[in-house]
Amino acid sequence: MTELNTHSKLVLTNVSRRGLLKGVAATGGLILAAQLPAIRGALASYPTGAESMPNGVVNNPKVFISIGGDGTVSIIAARAEMGNGAARTALPMIVADELEADWARVRVVQSPGDEKTYGNQDTDGSRSVRHWIQPMRQCGAAARQMLETAAAKKWGVDVSEVQAELHEVVHKPSGRKLGYGELAGDAAGLPVPAADKVKLKDASAFRYIGKGTVRIADINDITSGKALYGQDVVLPGMKFAVIARPPVLGGKVATLDASAALKVAGVEKVVTLPPTPAPYKFGPLGGVAVIAQNTWAALQGRDALKITWDDGPNKSHDSKTYRAELEAAVKKPGKVERNEGDADKALASAARVITAEYYAPHLAHATMEPPAAAARMNYGKWELWAPVQSPGQARDDVAAALGVAPAEVVMHTTLLGGGFGRKSKCDFAIEAALLSRELGGAPVKVVWTREDDLRHGFYHTVTAERFEAGLDASNKVVAWRHRSASPTFLSTFIPDPKHPSGIELGMGWVDTPFNVPNMRMESGAAQSHVRIGWFRSVNNVVHAWSIQSFIAELAHQLGKDPKDYLLEMIGPARIVDPSKQVTTPWWNYGEPSETFPVDTGRLRRVVELAAEKGEWGKKLPKGQGLGIAAHRSFVSFIATVVHVVVGEKGQITIPRVDTAIDCGYCVHPERVASQVEGAAVMGLTLAKHGAITLKDGAVEQSNFHDFPLVRINESPLDTRVYIVPHGIDVPPSGVGEPGVPPFAPALCNAIFAATGKRIRELPIGNQLA
Amino acid sequence: MANLRINGQERAYDGDPSMPLLWYLRDDLRLTGTKFGCGAALCGACTVHIDGDAARACVTPMSSVTGKSIVTIEGLHPKGEHPLQIAWRDLGVPQCGYCQTGQIMQAASLLSKKPAPTDAEITEAMTGNLCRCGCYQRIHAAVRAAAKGV
Repeated sequence: MTELNTHSKLVLTNVSRRGLLKGVAATGGLILAAQLPAIRGALASYPTGAESMPNGVVNNPKVFISIGGDGTVSIIAARAEMGNGAARTALPMIVADELEADWARVRVVQSPGDEKTYGNQDTDGSRSVRHWIQPMRQCGAAARQMLETAAAKKWGVDVSEVQAELHEVVHKPSGRKLGYGELAGDAAGLPVPAADKVKLKDASAFRYIGKGTVRIADINDITSGKALYGQDVVLPGMKFAVIARPPVLGGKVATLDASAALKVAGVEKVVTLPPTPAPYKFGPLGGVAVIAQNTWAALQGRDALKITWDDGPNKSHDSKTYRAELEAAVKKPGKVERNEGDADKALASAARVITAEYYAPHLAHATMEPPAAAARMNYGKWELWAPVQSPGQARDDVAAALGVAPAEVVMHTTLLGGGFGRKSKCDFAIEAALLSRELGGAPVKVVWTREDDLRHGFYHTVTAERFEAGLDASNKVVAWRHRSASPTFLSTFIPDPKHPSGIELGMGWVDTPFNVPNMRMESGAAQSHVRIGWFRSVNNVVHAWSIQSFIAELAHQLGKDPKDYLLEMIGPARIVDPSKQVTTPWWNYGEPSETFPVDTGRLRRVVELAAEKGEWGKKLPKGQGLGIAAHRSFVSFIATVVHVVVGEKGQITIPRVDTAIDCGYCVHPERVASQVEGAAVMGLTLAKHGAITLKDGAVEQSNFHDFPLVRINESPLDTRVYIVPHGIDVPPSGVGEPGVPPFAPALCNAIFAATGKRIRELPIGNQLA
Repeated sequence: MANLRINGQERAYDGDPSMPLLWYLRDDLRLTGTKFGCGAALCGACTVHIDGDAARACVTPMSSVTGKSIVTIEGLHPKGEHPLQIAWRDLGVPQCGYCQTGQIMQAASLLSKKPAPTDAEITEAMTGNLCRCGCYQRIHAAVRAAAKGV
């Protein structure tokens, strides 16, 4: 185990099981140790999708908590921290609160990838808090009861007379106190209380949960340069590698002349890596690796390689012609994904049909930290350090690539310098492992440059969307037909699937909650020529953008206020259940819909709240406008009002954003606000600038000059966040992703209000010039 | 052999003079608080101070820093308690945190020259530093807060 967050303590010790445990208990005797098999099972007081995730949840305090003799409480963070504050702050904070631990005396310790021990570690889908609040509460509460029992035994009193209070147990009648450090040894010897004997705190007694006062666990290290990300790993004797990957997906090396590269000072070795055959899954792309004494030498060596490529079957892929294919696909009937009533008939007999098409290109994640991973053989095991969102899966994938059992691989999760879905895919970690093997197990770090990142990513899908709304004589929408054509991320896993997965369909499409009698969704066939991956909010991004734009278009055509019309289309408060109208089983973010329903009342509420706070309807000067959009994603509800100012040359400034979010019970309001603030910026980047395009099969963009991100001078600096208050009886829902989808449509609707110009293609680019 | 000073310590460098300072800091000295983000002076994650001025280490060849005094995030303040670092903590600026050391170094250079910048001056000074998590609102507020404390 390494001490993750303090670089000076990157002490590498024996990586055996014993070694890992020593690391956890570095503050003193290992007290509550992970010696027992995890307790599993349905201990939740309400059902979530957590149990159906691979390896489920674990709520055993002996897995997650250790208390040193000095009272330091170490809490395991088993999921990956990429910036939303869930993995290393919110979840340990939940444990600490139930444990009655003093947060100032808590140390957060990152676990290695090991789902058999820690439960599911796939940090994706805005799931961390919604799946783990219950097991983490149970974990902390069980440990608190063990400490109380230990104290009662020591004093020879009944346990009902003692109470844990902020890092000590108090015997109320006598006023005696024992610190957690003094009790930990005895507590460790006690059995973990049965699930039905674990008494959770009343929410009114929370010290940290729901308060938003706890700072992120790594705040001091981040601001002083000590935080350790994957790019930052430096092991003793480590070599540095960069890889020239095939410019076209599916390509491979035809000829290689490495002689000049090998003459570069500091270059030690050139290795050809075979490409992963399609479907690519998370496998590396292959290419030619240059291994050197430092990153610079490796880069110079790579520049000196003379490679010709066999580009393979995707070499003629071109974004312009591909766009035409997608747009043609949505002009004809496709695979029916949801059908309610008879939209075709209702459209044919409609008094009026309003049609619009939208198009949005591929996007790259462009995490500020490009991918990187280090690997070596140590004490007979493969040891990796990598910024992976799914460390358990990464461990398994690395093991499979090396042809060894997962138990032979130790996957240390570093901090992630941004994830957004890119680092769910562990191709870069596999590269590091394969190169270390080439070096006989010597330590090596694979560094991806920004060019590598933008050209060899797992891209957000490209999509064409077509809407037809049929109106009756009274201008009521009686038919809704929405066709979408976009390559599916299934294509990364199975050969030529052509149509979207249930997951993609469920992301704000077949669950469209409008009050229309005849609804039909059809997907057009789309082949994939790049690795499609999931990007923060995934298909919700374009579904929300196109649907919410089209609603505003309808409002304009009908002369209605866009906010009022949005509420009219949502209709009265009710529970929408599309499960009987879909052809692929409805995917509700993996959650039971009884716990996390499509509740239009909650959607209406955020619309009304954002509109009220955003001063909807206020008079604005010429060239300014307000736009609104609402969307349910990751089982949360969110609405955004954007105020835009469009200059004479079409330049966009955003003086203010007002967003209302209903994410159920809010565990850390301050972090929720930061996520929503950041989502506005990411939403603006994808709306204004974001486009990955391909020509001759290769990505055309290479760095931030041609894949620009919003900078501070373009950014909204007054994003206001309103969190719908709920008691703990309303389960927490997603936060990391839901903020992104409503931003682009709210912005485009604001631009229309300001200029009369309707944006039907992203990015906005110079369309307003 | 080139001599330079890093965080107050004299260093001798005898490697490739064209190597950017970034890789000397990160790979040789293990001062990994200076981050690699783009390699082309487009993102500011590698911002350090060279003789007091903010500079992008990723495009600064070692040949150009002979005799210069370089400060990295690790050397900004002996206890990591520069007013900007404190403001960053108080306002909860970071999300993933990767770009934040570069942001802080850029802001520190601004405040050393303009202790009381206007809002527009803060924006202008920070425009070269990208943040993909989108923490700009708090970055701006933290620079302003630290400026008031300077």
